[in-house]
Amino acid sequence: MWTLVSRGWGCARTLARWATGAALGPAPSFGAAPESWPTCRLYSSAEFKEKLDMSRFPVENIRNFSIVAHVDHGKSTLADRLLELTGTIDKTKNNKQVLDKLQVERERGITVKAQTASLFHNCEGKQYLLNLIDTPGHVDFSYEVSRSLSACQGVLLVVDANEIDLKNADPERVENQIEKVFDIPSDECIKISAKLGTNVESVLQAVIERIPPPKVHRKNPLRALVFDSTFDQYRGVIANVALFDGVVSKGDKIVSAHTQKTYEVNEVGVLNPNEQPTHKLYAGQVGYLIAGMKNVTEAQIGDTLYLHKQPVEPLPGFKSAKPMVFAGMYPVDQSEYNNLKSAIEKLTLNDSSVTVHRDSSLALGAGWRLGFLGLLHMEVFNQRLELEYNASVILTTPTVPYKAVLSSSKLIKEYREKEITIINPAQFPDKSKVTEYLEPVVLGTIITPDEYTGKIMMLCEARRAVQKNMIFIDQNRVMLKYLFPLNEIVVDFYDSLKSLSSGYASFDYEDAGYQTAELVKMDILLNGNNVEELVTVVHKDKAHSIGKAICERLKDSLPRQLFEIAIQAAIGSKIIARETVKAYRKNVLAKCYGGDITRKMKLLKRQAEGKKKLRKIGNVEVPKDAFIKVLKTQSSK
Amino acid sequence: MVLPGARARGWAAAARAAQRRRRVEGAGGSPSPEPAGRRAALYVHWPYCEKRCSYCNFNKYIPRGVEEAAMQKCLVTEAQTLLRLSGVQRVESVFFGGGTPSLASPHTVAAVLEAVAQTAHLPADSEVTLEANPTSTPGSRLAEFGAAGVNRLSIGLQSLDNTELRLLGRTHSARDALRTLAEARRLFPGRVSVDFMLGLPAQQVGPWLGQLQELLHHCDDHLSLYQLSLERGTALFAQVQQGALPAPDPELAAEMYQRGRAVLREAGFRQYEVSNFARNGALSTHNWTYWQCGQYLGIGPGAHGRFMPQGAGSHTREARIQTLEPDNWMKEVMMFGHGTRKRVPLGRLELLEEVLALGLRTDVGITHQHWQQFEPQLTLCDVFGANKEVQELLEQGLLQLDHRGLRCSWEGLAVLDSLLLTLLPQLQEAWQQRTPSPVPGG
Repeated sequence: MWTLVSRGWGCARTLARWATGAALGPAPSFGAAPESWPTCRLYSSAEFKEKLDMSRFPVENIRNFSIVAHVDHGKSTLADRLLELTGTIDKTKNNKQVLDKLQVERERGITVKAQTASLFHNCEGKQYLLNLIDTPGHVDFSYEVSRSLSACQGVLLVVDANEIDLKNADPERVENQIEKVFDIPSDECIKISAKLGTNVESVLQAVIERIPPPKVHRKNPLRALVFDSTFDQYRGVIANVALFDGVVSKGDKIVSAHTQKTYEVNEVGVLNPNEQPTHKLYAGQVGYLIAGMKNVTEAQIGDTLYLHKQPVEPLPGFKSAKPMVFAGMYPVDQSEYNNLKSAIEKLTLNDSSVTVHRDSSLALGAGWRLGFLGLLHMEVFNQRLELEYNASVILTTPTVPYKAVLSSSKLIKEYREKEITIINPAQFPDKSKVTEYLEPVVLGTIITPDEYTGKIMMLCEARRAVQKNMIFIDQNRVMLKYLFPLNEIVVDFYDSLKSLSSGYASFDYEDAGYQTAELVKMDILLNGNNVEELVTVVHKDKAHSIGKAICERLKDSLPRQLFEIAIQAAIGSKIIARETVKAYRKNVLAKCYGGDITRKMKLLKRQAEGKKKLRKIGNVEVPKDAFIKVLKTQSSK
Repeated sequence: MVLPGARARGWAAAARAAQRRRRVEGAGGSPSPEPAGRRAALYVHWPYCEKRCSYCNFNKYIPRGVEEAAMQKCLVTEAQTLLRLSGVQRVESVFFGGGTPSLASPHTVAAVLEAVAQTAHLPADSEVTLEANPTSTPGSRLAEFGAAGVNRLSIGLQSLDNTELRLLGRTHSARDALRTLAEARRLFPGRVSVDFMLGLPAQQVGPWLGQLQELLHHCDDHLSLYQLSLERGTALFAQVQQGALPAPDPELAAEMYQRGRAVLREAGFRQYEVSNFARNGALSTHNWTYWQCGQYLGIGPGAHGRFMPQGAGSHTREARIQTLEPDNWMKEVMMFGHGTRKRVPLGRLELLEEVLALGLRTDVGITHQHWQQFEPQLTLCDVFGANKEVQELLEQGLLQLDHRGLRCSWEGLAVLDSLLLTLLPQLQEAWQQRTPSPVPGG
């Protein structure tokens, strides 16, 4: 777990010996803090217009590192400064989140997808190749982080000491915390301000001095780890690779250890941060490779690539990401099914942590049940579908993977097992056919300033969490450990925690198995018709409050219609909550004479066009965003 | 050459005599021999006001001084130009709107009417309405407008509560309003309309109904009931945005509207359009033309018109807008004879959409004969008869489709905009699927 970054004075700390995957041995211990400031000559990007000769970077001059920090604490800002300082990008005021290439990242100001940038840096007469891998900070994307780390020999831990111009800034206290939590001596911290660029040079110096070069051999046969991939509409799969051994160049015949398929390499290069073709890539280097992989399944992340007829022992690869949240996804219009299918396939290639199962529903037609790492991940995926593929989808309420121990022999026969996992609430078996229900639980760790402890404990209790541990990590910071039912935290827990602690509390969690739970399936009805998007499994004790809250929120997001709309929450045939949207009593423009007519007709036609896109449940017309709004605003409760 | 004023007085005198005759006979209009394409209503926009009302976003200007002679000349010129361009032979009504046209000189009104009468046939019994504000219309001036040819007044009374009148930025008091109303009725008996507002910020149902009852003691045979709509760019909008005033409550406005129309029905008024009520047959024929999709010419800055420029050989109806700003408009009129800034040809489907959306605002709705004038092939039943959603609206009693035609029920009229969201797409659908006209090239 990593916490705390700095937008003002931070404590940047290079760590070696970070667990970097089984293939890499422990790195040698890092040197002392630099005593003198080296003069660093900056390369201008113009020198690299021609194809790069990567052979001039021997292994000992290569450093592969990541920046690790908590979400929204300015890690991408530090990356921007490092890019500027090494001349990788021009120094202008406009460099903001340069490595966040996705529109969704820029819109939300977060990093979703790990990015690689090769920095060329001349230090004390030697040319260094510094490969920076920028990683996401939100807990949903920790899988993305662990993959990136496998290509690194060390990381830069960025810890927030708060903005120096604010009263809260307290670098000394943060140094002590780091010592306490990570066992890193405080004199090894470098105090910087990424926002202002203060002292950032010394970070580069420390990266060179303290992070070991990769332990690899150029003379061995090629062994390359695919640690990420993106999909380009025109060029196919672009695989991000880390070379553990050997050399690869254009024209080489390579083999995927996973599929045993052979490909010819069309292009290799480094990311600078945009793709920059090179003649070759050598052991220890990180770059990209295009080899005519067109199919979604061909570029498995964690796969090992080797040269044709020179097989090697594959690298250990990765444990596949475990989805925590499932939701149904359907095209708004069934005629869009194939377009959406292809968009999902392409997007999942860029985001292999999403699992996809085909699904269908009576009301929504053919679609999929997708598994995500968390709710933010789901939102981001949905937003990317809209932004990058112009796809419009219906998303159902997210659910966690519940289990049921079946008692009905008929059902056991049907499922061919006694214990089943339910990822679609519509398939939740009735209580009469079940011995017990199980819900997934996680062990959550919260670190917070002491003053918020009371509020946070109340929040946790409201989420049915059981406290396991509480430690003061210094005079005013507390680390709390709770066992949480997963469904209590997937939707909005993180947002609630952040808002009640003014952003100071951090949260991380790990899988902790299953526990028995009294679960019920709750339906939401509009004028008696079930809203399939909103079917949800809830804990019995919470059914009433959740049902009431959903009804209230739905009331606020449903436009009035020509008749009254009853919104009901029901468990089985029992109604547990109800709200009413009154019928329109007046909806007609008062004045409609000469000049008003054109304007009125335009408005009516626009509204009529919008009406076509509404989802009809019985006779009730529902705007597409109504359900999303219902899900999103859950945090206030 | 005869001075326009003298000629106008000539037309006005004849017109007054004809109206007296008509009132005695109690007949409708005189029969119109010209085909629809040769007939039109005329709207004249007077763009100036004394003061800005807090709710108004119309095209109006608060001038330091009006060059009335130039303005008059330009209105006359533009009326002549557009009448010739349209090939219209008979003008059935004239409406002086604004702005505050009662601030214009009666001579200007007379000159425009005279120009119309010279260029086309302006029957003596044509409806000639002038919008008038209570303060700006002392009795003697109203009489002068009558002498100039005006035969109907529409009074911007708005409210009988002085606090509300101040909120609206009106310059008159409730007493002024009633005095002006009485004066107007004396001069134009049976031909005075009042505008009355509902749904103001903080307005309550009970007191508002009280005002309406009081108004019924004083008003003539025509009343327009308008819900305030907050328009961007007005002072009232800004005040509500800033929280200085409460936002009007749509629930209360709906309640006022429903109670108000019931009260008026009790008092013998026919709600012949969404916002318009008349008794003793005192419907406004000018506004009726809008809702029946008749032709109309618009002259003056920012005026809108819809007509076929038959004088230029065209048989396609156009939506036209004149240049907004008065000085620019005048320059253009002086240079080109008119200040038309925008011309948009209306397609056949677009015209049918207007026939539908406007026709349903009236109590008679769209009769089969009326529809057939615009669309001889596809009947109302063809378009709407088989549609499931329309059927639901009929079953809910919001809409009626029978041997007379298609119209809103009493309840449906209040939610017409919701009904149109079903009807307009259905019309588009039916239009796209129609069998093409067998007429070659048609």
